[in-house]
Amino acid sequence: MPRAGRRRPVGGVAVGRCPGDGDLRRGGRKRRGEGPGRSRGSWSGAAMGGSASQLPRDLLDEYQELTFLTKQEILLAHKRFSELLPKEERESILLKRVPKSKILTLPELRANPFQDRICRVFSTAEDGDGSMSFEDFLDLLSVFSDSATVEIKSHYAFRIFDFDDDGILDRKDLEKLVNCLTGEGDETRLSESEMDQLIQNILEESDIDKDGTINLSEFQHVISRSPDFASSFKIVL
Amino acid sequence: MTQPFSFTLCVPESRDGASPDLSLGDEGAMHSSFQELLREQELQELQELTVGGRENLAHGAAAAGRTEVWEEPEPRGEHPDFSSATLQILARMPSRTIGHSRGAIISQCYNRTTKLRRRNSQPPLHQASRSARPSLRQYDLELDAGRSEQEDTHSLLVKELQTLSSSQRNHILQAMPVSLAEKRSLRQELGGHRSTLRKPERTRWPLSCCGQLKHDFITGFRSLWDGFLSLLHSLQPWHQSLKQIGGRFGSSVLSYFLFLKTLLTFNAFLFLTFLIFVVATQARYPPAAGNSRLFTGLELLTGAGYFTQTLMYYGYYSNFTLNDPCTPSCGRCQPGKGHLPYNMPLAYVFTIGVSFFSTCILLVYSMSRSFGESYRVGSTSGHFAMKVFCAWDYKVIQRRSVRLQNENIRTQLKELLGEWQSKSRPLSLCRRLGRMVVLSLAWALSLGTVLGCVIAVYYLSEHLLKVHRDSRDGGSSEARQEAFLLVLPMVVSLMNLVMPYLYNLLAAWEKQESPALEVYVAICRNLILKMVVLGLLCYHWLSRKRGYYLEDECWETSVGQELYRFVVMDFVFTLLDTFLGELLWRLILEKKLMRKQRPEFDIARNVLELIYGQTLTWLGVLFCPLLPAVQILKLVLLFYIKKTSLMKNCQSPSKPWRASHMSTVFITLLCFPSFLGAAIFLSYTIWAVRPSKTCGPFRMQETIYESGKTWVQELEKCSPNIAWFTWIHKHLVGNTFFLFFVSGVLLAVIYLHIQVVKGQRRIIRLLKEQIANEGEDKVFLIQRLQCIYGKQETHPCVPGRKELNA
Repeated sequence: MPRAGRRRPVGGVAVGRCPGDGDLRRGGRKRRGEGPGRSRGSWSGAAMGGSASQLPRDLLDEYQELTFLTKQEILLAHKRFSELLPKEERESILLKRVPKSKILTLPELRANPFQDRICRVFSTAEDGDGSMSFEDFLDLLSVFSDSATVEIKSHYAFRIFDFDDDGILDRKDLEKLVNCLTGEGDETRLSESEMDQLIQNILEESDIDKDGTINLSEFQHVISRSPDFASSFKIVL
Repeated sequence: MTQPFSFTLCVPESRDGASPDLSLGDEGAMHSSFQELLREQELQELQELTVGGRENLAHGAAAAGRTEVWEEPEPRGEHPDFSSATLQILARMPSRTIGHSRGAIISQCYNRTTKLRRRNSQPPLHQASRSARPSLRQYDLELDAGRSEQEDTHSLLVKELQTLSSSQRNHILQAMPVSLAEKRSLRQELGGHRSTLRKPERTRWPLSCCGQLKHDFITGFRSLWDGFLSLLHSLQPWHQSLKQIGGRFGSSVLSYFLFLKTLLTFNAFLFLTFLIFVVATQARYPPAAGNSRLFTGLELLTGAGYFTQTLMYYGYYSNFTLNDPCTPSCGRCQPGKGHLPYNMPLAYVFTIGVSFFSTCILLVYSMSRSFGESYRVGSTSGHFAMKVFCAWDYKVIQRRSVRLQNENIRTQLKELLGEWQSKSRPLSLCRRLGRMVVLSLAWALSLGTVLGCVIAVYYLSEHLLKVHRDSRDGGSSEARQEAFLLVLPMVVSLMNLVMPYLYNLLAAWEKQESPALEVYVAICRNLILKMVVLGLLCYHWLSRKRGYYLEDECWETSVGQELYRFVVMDFVFTLLDTFLGELLWRLILEKKLMRKQRPEFDIARNVLELIYGQTLTWLGVLFCPLLPAVQILKLVLLFYIKKTSLMKNCQSPSKPWRASHMSTVFITLLCFPSFLGAAIFLSYTIWAVRPSKTCGPFRMQETIYESGKTWVQELEKCSPNIAWFTWIHKHLVGNTFFLFFVSGVLLAVIYLHIQVVKGQRRIIRLLKEQIANEGEDKVFLIQRLQCIYGKQETHPCVPGRKELNA
């Protein structure tokens, strides 16, 4: 586990810490408490049916129509989500937001280097703190589900990789992305010359209109040529 | 393009008359709004754009160098920057907003919907509109109109959606990249307009007693049903195990288990058809002679002894006809007995035919689908971008595995970079020659070993047959005879176990350039070995019935037994391999060598073993109808054993593994040499080989195919009202012209598709050129923009650039 605290930005540029992953991750670990065995137990418990309030029937139908999830998956998501809420709030699950730190305790997300970006992109919170409502959570699962189209997956992948939310992937975004992929520690990162070379190559390959950045269409163009993307851009609940 | 361009020239300070070519009349209003926007903009956002700006400048410099008309703006210190106004406009470019702004997304959806409506007669082509962009008509660059513009597009979208059918509408809403809340509000708006279709709002007034009861009942039933649904979800076969594997090893290893699951469905299908149409009937009407032998336990390995006279093998099945309305000559037919006749030989041959035919269709279908998914026109370039954008496997959820994935991606990226650098400097002639020698030596060695193996198997099988006959004549004990039969399958399985390791050594020696090529070479060598050995064995089985067998012996049963032994031995040796290659090797690595490393799971070899086992099953199904059941059992056991061993002993493979690409390759291999080979072998057996005279459903016939033919002839005589059937048989099956015709049509279709793909390639190339041109245009325009804005801040542009427009 690379220690987040030791990381230093190199060469003046804020070399990609995947934003906030250090402290939050550690916070998540503390909260989890009981060790890795718990997660599995909790979710089979969810499958068997907890004490959560029920989803209204027509809402369930609506969710099913608007997302790529099946009824079973929505029910499962409902149970998993209600487990994240404190007991007394479970009755009004549709109105409550779960803070980001709590969302990131989910075993499916807690080791993911893009966890913060994922929360940020799918959260509809006004102040951008990454907290999630149930609908946001469904959105997330829908995009990462089996039946979501490559198009929508690539759209969200673009937004996840666009670290500064400016609508394009520029050199800084790519650098952060590569750092997230290779791990954060000083010894695990690519050297600066390697990084430069890599980013140069990426831009050469995918920047079709040669403006030095990758926009959504260019990104989707690259993705459409990679059949593995759809199968790896998936989170199974 | 002229519209936005003319707008961009509306510069705040240009009122002083610096650019005489501008029309200044309507500038005042624009100017003030622009100023406002500038104030609103955060400084930070500008900072983020500088990198992009720098790039643009670099490209612009190239353009300027070519035209040599204006000077490049002086770089300010280390970071040459565009003026803030330019950056503003750059940030508002449609290609940049589409990734994150809600308005742009809605506008994009609107455009798509419009397109969809225009070709509403056609099915919705969602894939086709992948790169659809918001057109500038709906989304022009009026900076001050952002909000109201958005509202406009929003209502336009709602209107457009209303014209569509509800299923199309749902489809569009589903695939819209906006939040669920937004989708719901859109839907609500839509629903409001078609209030007749909408369900009435749930009312709050008190229900009657009966209604209350009904309501309670419905809620109770619903909660039960929901519980059942979620239970069903968790009961999906191996859902948990597959998730666990994917969570730790990623999609690459997962593809092995998914392949195993696919094979399981194929076998289940084969088994069920045989069970229903052949095995169950035969079990209902067993032959008079009982089973004389006793079960000893050795049968589980050899398949002989007690099993010989059971439902397992061809020899046990008889040639009866149930509810036979006719005696052999058709004159004494008694139609209208109420029951259809059930002819066992026909059932046997039809079951084989139909199940193979449907398996073939299933295989070709899944192959074509997988090809469609994994091969795209023009998908040859872009390794770096693909690696970076698509490398992360989101399924991996274990911390340790995540770290491992980090490491793997890092090494892969470094390798890619190294490869790229080495590509730029070509190898010297001497080294290239050395490589050629190494490669040809490696291939010669591997082919030589294959040849050696084949010859060894051939002589061994001949020798064993002789020994077997001698020992039978000499009267040695039955158990010993049977145990002796195990030698050949053991030797072949041992070969299959050891040779791949030899090939791995060869691969380590020859050091292919790319890991993908290495995998292909390994697959190719293993495949050659397995297929050649199997081909030889098939030849051996079909030929030995001529000379070596006594007239009263059932050669089909003995071939079935042989195949059973091969399947079982294959399983045993796979277990051995798992034990030796994974468990022991890990223990050695950990305890003796004190290394943290664990053995890697060799996906290619394991999948090839699965394909080999499946080929054996397909080969043997005619002689041993219950072989698919054995295979099912084997696969289920294999799943759990491999999973346990994987979890305990292995680490995820460090080589890059293009999962979907490789699964396409594997399904193709399953179809092409494996299934096709088995089908050819069985067709030859059915068409041309004489079945035994004393056993099996075809004991009276010359060939198995004959039974079908005689049946058709009988049908022609007995029931003239289905003459069309015999006509079909005579003209389509019996006539070779039809076969030629069909294959001709097939070839024509293939040719057509190849041409279409060629055309698409050309269009792609042209489009790429066009995009590159547009990009240059863009750079050019941005450069001009900067020139105008930058003029006030730094220095005036060189006069005379106007000529460029011409």
